[in-house]
Amino acid sequence: MALDNKIPQGPISSKWTDYKDHIKLVNPANKRNIDVIIVGTGLAGGSAAATLAELGYNVKAFCYQDSPRRAHSIAAQGGINAAKNYSGDGDSIYRLFYDTVKGGDYRAREANVHRLAEVSVNIIDQCVAQGVPLAREYGGLLDNRSFGGTQVSRTFYAKGQTGQQLLLGAYSAMNRQIGRGKIKMYNRHEMLDLVIVNGKARGIIARNLVTGEIERHSAHAVVIATGGYGNVFFLSTNAMGSNVTAAWKAHKRGAYFANPCYTQIHPTCIPVTGDHQSKLTLMSESLRNDGRIWVPKKLEDAQAIREGKLKPTQIAEEDRDYYLERRYPSFGNLVPRDVASRAAKERCDAGFGVNATGEAVYLDFAAAIERYGKEQARIHNLDENDAKLVYDLGQKVVENKYGNLFQMYYKIVDEDPYKTPMMIYPAVHYTMGGVWVDYNLMTTVEGCYCIGEANFSDHGANRLGASALMQGLADGYFVLPYTIGDYLADDIRTGHISTDLPEFVEAENNVRSMIDHFMNNKGTHSVDYFHKKLGKIMWNKVGMARNEKGLNEAMDEIAALREDFYKNVKVSGIAESFNQELEKALRVADFLELGELFAKDALHREESCGGHFREEHQSAEGEAERDDENFSYVAAWEYKGNPREAVLHKEPLVYENIKMVTRSYK
Amino acid sequence: MNLTLKIWRQKNAKDKGQMVDYKIGGIEPDMSFLEMLDVLNNELVEKGDDPVAFDHDCREGICGMCSLFINGEAHGPDRGVTTCQLHMRKFKDGDTIYIEPFRAKAFPVIKDLVVDRSSFDRIQHAGGFVSVNTSGNTQDANALPIRKDNADKAFDAATCIGCGACVASCKNSSAMLFVSAKVSQFALLPQGRVEATERVLNMVEAMDNEGFGNCTNTGACEVECPKGISLENIARMNREYLSASIK
Repeated sequence: MALDNKIPQGPISSKWTDYKDHIKLVNPANKRNIDVIIVGTGLAGGSAAATLAELGYNVKAFCYQDSPRRAHSIAAQGGINAAKNYSGDGDSIYRLFYDTVKGGDYRAREANVHRLAEVSVNIIDQCVAQGVPLAREYGGLLDNRSFGGTQVSRTFYAKGQTGQQLLLGAYSAMNRQIGRGKIKMYNRHEMLDLVIVNGKARGIIARNLVTGEIERHSAHAVVIATGGYGNVFFLSTNAMGSNVTAAWKAHKRGAYFANPCYTQIHPTCIPVTGDHQSKLTLMSESLRNDGRIWVPKKLEDAQAIREGKLKPTQIAEEDRDYYLERRYPSFGNLVPRDVASRAAKERCDAGFGVNATGEAVYLDFAAAIERYGKEQARIHNLDENDAKLVYDLGQKVVENKYGNLFQMYYKIVDEDPYKTPMMIYPAVHYTMGGVWVDYNLMTTVEGCYCIGEANFSDHGANRLGASALMQGLADGYFVLPYTIGDYLADDIRTGHISTDLPEFVEAENNVRSMIDHFMNNKGTHSVDYFHKKLGKIMWNKVGMARNEKGLNEAMDEIAALREDFYKNVKVSGIAESFNQELEKALRVADFLELGELFAKDALHREESCGGHFREEHQSAEGEAERDDENFSYVAAWEYKGNPREAVLHKEPLVYENIKMVTRSYK
Repeated sequence: MNLTLKIWRQKNAKDKGQMVDYKIGGIEPDMSFLEMLDVLNNELVEKGDDPVAFDHDCREGICGMCSLFINGEAHGPDRGVTTCQLHMRKFKDGDTIYIEPFRAKAFPVIKDLVVDRSSFDRIQHAGGFVSVNTSGNTQDANALPIRKDNADKAFDAATCIGCGACVASCKNSSAMLFVSAKVSQFALLPQGRVEATERVLNMVEAMDNEGFGNCTNTGACEVECPKGISLENIARMNREYLSASIK
């Protein structure tokens, strides 16, 4: 099947407006006869559910958590971009569009990104109208701050809890519709298969996680909004339950999966301490505004620190290597996430890591504390040579800016980051790859849509900060509600779809046989045992830097691990009840397939771009080398029964408005 | 560390339930409390036993999913943290730790340590929102200036994560802190004022219908709240309720 991205004709700035002017509409009376299933209720799914219900459709929303308020969007810290130009510093829709395309290393679709920049403006208006308490200045107007990769202040925020407040906004909009009876909410439910009738997505099979009951749900369209698949690495910043299952089941039923190897590694996470660890905690990127990143210059100092014989504060200034400032003088500590992450790995691989495992670098606030302290001393006419006074004043300023993050670090690591530099290391954070969608956000399965992080569309090979929340809400509040109407207009006479159709029976049997297999398997190891093994393969061979040999090995090892998993996994308890082990088994089964496709995608892409770094394709200075001539396309994979046999389809990326240039941060 | 765990086991809502003892070794001070339970569960699964069910998700203190009554306190002995942020360095080698679900009539047990907190959602359905169309024809966000101190107070109230520690800590199983946080957030913002009267009446009625108890100003909720939601919110809700009732 040829990939038709359905991008409208015409100049970039009017594509979306013209498109909206010409799509088919559904009469309000007819909307009442149309059902839409939405799987996942984070920023994308929650905003879509609320808006489609507002428009008059009957919405059935599903989430695996006990309440939509707990979706992992809630954990986003930094902020949300919008081209409002409230700061008057020259921001515009075009600039947001440009920064996002460039930040994505020219591997995103121009038309989608421009639309995202356009609707970003409405998102802020919408959220404020809902009572989302975004940060304000004393004059009562909204405050902005700047973020990495841009030169303007366009990031709106709510302290370090922007995701929480935006999610609660979408949740409140959902609550209003649930109260009105327009959304039927299925908490603690998980989608385990997609049902296709006559080529169209017409329903899902879900498991009630409390009773274990397998349920059939029909609708005229199905929307997947289940977030990213970073947990394929076992350790990531994702919530423990975040999984790929719904997206993967859609893939197995015909939806192409695009660019799985594009994964963002975030540079500032709290490092791993041991094998017991279940999850990684992110420290907001905003810390890099004031923190300086370094490791010791001398190998013997690094070793002494690892052995606990030396403290970082004992290393003299001239014996510290501020490697980002050294390598990238013009961007320094504020280089984009992919660049900062690789640079940290390079130093640690060379033996300069500073924690017991050798996988950590310092993020040091001493200079900032002193700088702010002196400034405060001058402002208040105090003695700027009094070191203690300067320290206290400076600490206060840093505390006001980042206090909650410093406290979080202290709780986890048990070390005071004001007194000794924080230790950080890169961790898996966000997945730019996902289910392939056209301009309408429809997958290659008719009537099956995919929005937010679960799709591939807007961030290219790398994602800039404060853009994930933007895409989730843009898709849910402002894009899908238009594009899905165009499709559903043909369904006004379809009527209710019966769940007795043979396709539902087949899908249900498919789910049941999978569950039966796990429950009756007399294996020896827990699900986590296999998941951790998968994570190690992924991190070591498909992680921040990849090469041909490692990727080939990874594909073989994952395939072998998958076989072992089906033979030797042990799931206790009973299926017809609340059973968290069974939930995990069903999710890890899908990660074991996705992981192999991920490696296959990374293997075929013979270039380095954004979050994908192939060691064979780097400059003499270790910088990524992109190959626009041969790889300027979206890699969309078609399922053929085994990840290894997936077939590649290419969607060429055409840049008509932005010239492709090498990203340089020197 | 070697520990003795006394954990509440209950097969389902109808089962009677009981405390069961477990011995566990090899626990590191760097582990979180939930990672310690992961270690226990891994041992149980590999032995063929049913692992202990407990709720958790983000494991960074923001989703509100984790619960647990640990040694008689919601989210355990540390202040201002959720259970996922509680670390084993807060315990000593040889300790006996009691682990129970959040107990309240309005929070029925699903299994072991997992309770059903959907009553919180139903209270929100009754009025935890501003009635605004979500399809994007709202006025410009800066057309409505909001005093910074009100915006900040609204934000502080809005940081409630809905974990239910307030209910579990209250001798009356009252949900007043939770409900008042949402009432306050909207009462402090001009967008929320329009429906303030109906909101407070409807949400309080929904709270009562769910079987939560009343507030007797004991203040345990504020002490155990991992997000430091203030009792001031309850006072504000009471004022809102009183003025709404006499209108």
